[in-house]
Amino acid sequence: MQTIYTDVLVIGAGLAGERAAIEAAQAGFSAICLSLVPARRSHSSAAMGGMQAALGNCAKGEGDCPDVHFSDTVKGSDWGCDQEVARLFADQAPIEMRQLAHWGVPWNRVVPGKDTYFKGGKIFDKEEKEENRGLITARDFGGTAKWRTCYVSDGTGHSVLFTVDNVCAQLGVEVHDKTEAVALIQDGQTCFGAVARCLRTGELRVYLAKATTIATGGFGRIYPGTTNAVICDGGGHITALNTGVVPMGNMEAVQFHPTGIVPTEILVTEGCRGDGGTLLDVNEERFMNIYEPEKQELASRDVVSRWMTHHIRLGKGVKSPYGDHLWLDIRHLGEKHITGKLREVYEICTSFLGVDPIHQLIPVRPTQHYSMGGVRTNKDGHAYGLKGLFSVGEAACWDMHGFNRLGGNSLAETVVAGGIVGKKIAEFLQGAEVTFNSGVIDAEVKKQQERIQNIISCKAGTENVYKVRTAMQDALFKGANIFRTDAGLTECVNTLQETLARARKVGLKSNGKGVNPELSAALKIEGQVKMALMLSYGALKRTESRGSHNREDFTARNDRDWLTRTLAYWKSEKDDLPTLDYEAATNIFHIPPGDRGYGKSEIIKADDVKTEDKG
Amino acid sequence: MARSLKFNIFRYNPQDPESTPHMESFVLEETDSMTLFIVLNRIREEQDPSLQFDFCCRAGICGSCGMVVNGRPSLACHTKTKELPDEITLLPLPVFQLVGDLSVDTGSWFRELYDTVESWIHTKKEFDPKAQEERMENEVAEAIYELDRCVECGCCVAACGTARLRPDFLGAAGLNRVGRFLIDPRDERTEQDYYQIIGNDMGIFGCMGLLACEDVCPKHMPLQDQLGFLRKKMGITALKTFFKK
Repeated sequence: MQTIYTDVLVIGAGLAGERAAIEAAQAGFSAICLSLVPARRSHSSAAMGGMQAALGNCAKGEGDCPDVHFSDTVKGSDWGCDQEVARLFADQAPIEMRQLAHWGVPWNRVVPGKDTYFKGGKIFDKEEKEENRGLITARDFGGTAKWRTCYVSDGTGHSVLFTVDNVCAQLGVEVHDKTEAVALIQDGQTCFGAVARCLRTGELRVYLAKATTIATGGFGRIYPGTTNAVICDGGGHITALNTGVVPMGNMEAVQFHPTGIVPTEILVTEGCRGDGGTLLDVNEERFMNIYEPEKQELASRDVVSRWMTHHIRLGKGVKSPYGDHLWLDIRHLGEKHITGKLREVYEICTSFLGVDPIHQLIPVRPTQHYSMGGVRTNKDGHAYGLKGLFSVGEAACWDMHGFNRLGGNSLAETVVAGGIVGKKIAEFLQGAEVTFNSGVIDAEVKKQQERIQNIISCKAGTENVYKVRTAMQDALFKGANIFRTDAGLTECVNTLQETLARARKVGLKSNGKGVNPELSAALKIEGQVKMALMLSYGALKRTESRGSHNREDFTARNDRDWLTRTLAYWKSEKDDLPTLDYEAATNIFHIPPGDRGYGKSEIIKADDVKTEDKG
Repeated sequence: MARSLKFNIFRYNPQDPESTPHMESFVLEETDSMTLFIVLNRIREEQDPSLQFDFCCRAGICGSCGMVVNGRPSLACHTKTKELPDEITLLPLPVFQLVGDLSVDTGSWFRELYDTVESWIHTKKEFDPKAQEERMENEVAEAIYELDRCVECGCCVAACGTARLRPDFLGAAGLNRVGRFLIDPRDERTEQDYYQIIGNDMGIFGCMGLLACEDVCPKHMPLQDQLGFLRKKMGITALKTFFKK
């Protein structure tokens, strides 16, 4: 068995993981990132829009500051976030954008002079100041008081990831790509690294480390339709939940985006509707103007997604081999606008759908987009339950997003949190000595070898992994979607419990030799169903509506009973349900719970929330 | 009526002693808006779960799914069956080490490239967290981004005559990377420094000017212009060095 030692092991080589590794490397520690794919193919590269940071350089960002950014973030979270963490994030974001500029990110810059912009389909004027020429500029995003989203054309994530990976190469941070962590090595108190499977040979390998960090992104792939990359399958979360001692935070908090295309669920930007695009049903008639007379298609993401789903439920969806959908119509915006300001949308439609959006309708439906929940950590990124285990980025529930995250805050979180948590990891490593127990390591390796052998030899059964996966995805889609009810969630939990029993009986159809993709899928199916159960059971027990979690039977946000974060544990391997626990959403209130200023507000008030002013 | 499509796919699992390189055919009925992403996943889930291939973002952004589609290196995710004949041949990208079936190891190839061309900003300046960012004209930022758009899919390398002959050739992707830093005012390297890296047959003088790279680039990078620009720039640097002696 090949055994590799490093000071810091990072599982995942997207922006959050690599950014944390850089901090450790700069402090003089060795760091290795494991990745399913070459680092630059990580899903961070797909984030196009930008990163929120209150630099306030552009005309429409004037007067912006971290306080305003913090306030937008807390409201966006529907008061579900940890306010101390949101404050850390908002304060550090501008410095991080400048750090990235220093490393080589070609941020778009302020161009002085008069210019025009569109809002709600109408045209407005603005003027950029000469004194701000060449500083980092920003664009407009939903749920923000100012234009705050720093960007690199329509490829922000791509460009920042390439830059950060360049810095990793420069500093000697190793990336072991085509390598998948299958289990953490731990004794119930301390994490010692991970057992990983090489995706070039299929062999197992041991990584020993003083600090291990899970930075594997979201887990959208447990739903049937998601904007997430195929690698966002929860693999990192599974290694944590299988320890039995590390909880997942707020797994029920899942964001749905209104316009994923059908099929393939690739995202088309909110800009389509921002510039005047409309949503149509099977009769090619608008409906958002009926449901939301004021904001219409431009209501917030969760609101539009809710009404679209409602409309499909009424039978007004368009039937297709890929399921029911609705139409996005941007034809009236004209060729110049579509091939100009919406070039990326034009390319996605022509490349992936063979649809010309200048003359044809775009098939869309609300699609799973972001996981607010994940490996629960403290504000240093240290995971609950295991010493030496950290988590950062979308994989973590650090928790600056609460029950809904704002556009542009996720990509910013990757690097800002990566920097903050990376520093804390380096602090943790200073003078830290770890004693590795070979018994613990050998036991974990043996366990994984046996598990693989049993799946290949169909010891527990011959269930087809893809069929089990489809059953899990369908159950979540049906019961833990945009609208949730007691009946729907109960059925979902029951179905998933049956699915869990099937997942435990998965056996391979193929021979399992080498980098067998069926084996890769089979190794994580049980863990995925457990995550699906954490999500749906948490949603069933949370009898309120907050942010993206909408209960049709409990429509109010209940600050009296539910100003909490769900902690889901899988305490024993044999359990059929997670164990739920709760903690206060935030220990410090800079902003007391109130009205978000958008969406309908129905609030059951808490009586005793104390606020603290900062500084 | 829906077409019946026949896919001839290269099969070989180097980790299985019983496996030998061969072609295998699969038949699927075409559906609306079908792409090779849908095709390959359906084949894996419905017909042969051992079939290896790579997809990640499946949106033409990450560059994972380069393969040879009916003779042409392409990204499989945005290749629509509608634009292909009834019979489709899929092969792994050449040049790169084969992992199995349609999956190749682009990661190692590119990681080595970063070290060769020192793919990072070379500067003596220290970052000052308290200072405002250094200014840059937006036009300069846009020009850098234009060259930063490469997704490292490897299609240009697989289609390159020189890369097939010389394993150490940097390829259009590598040369373009140098061009990206050359125009970045933050990078303090001189033309001489770049000449040390690419002023040879492993670099710009190895390019035979066949330009298949430009033809197959799925991101429509301006590779022809870049290669021309670098050849001229490095040619002049070579002459300057010659006359200085």
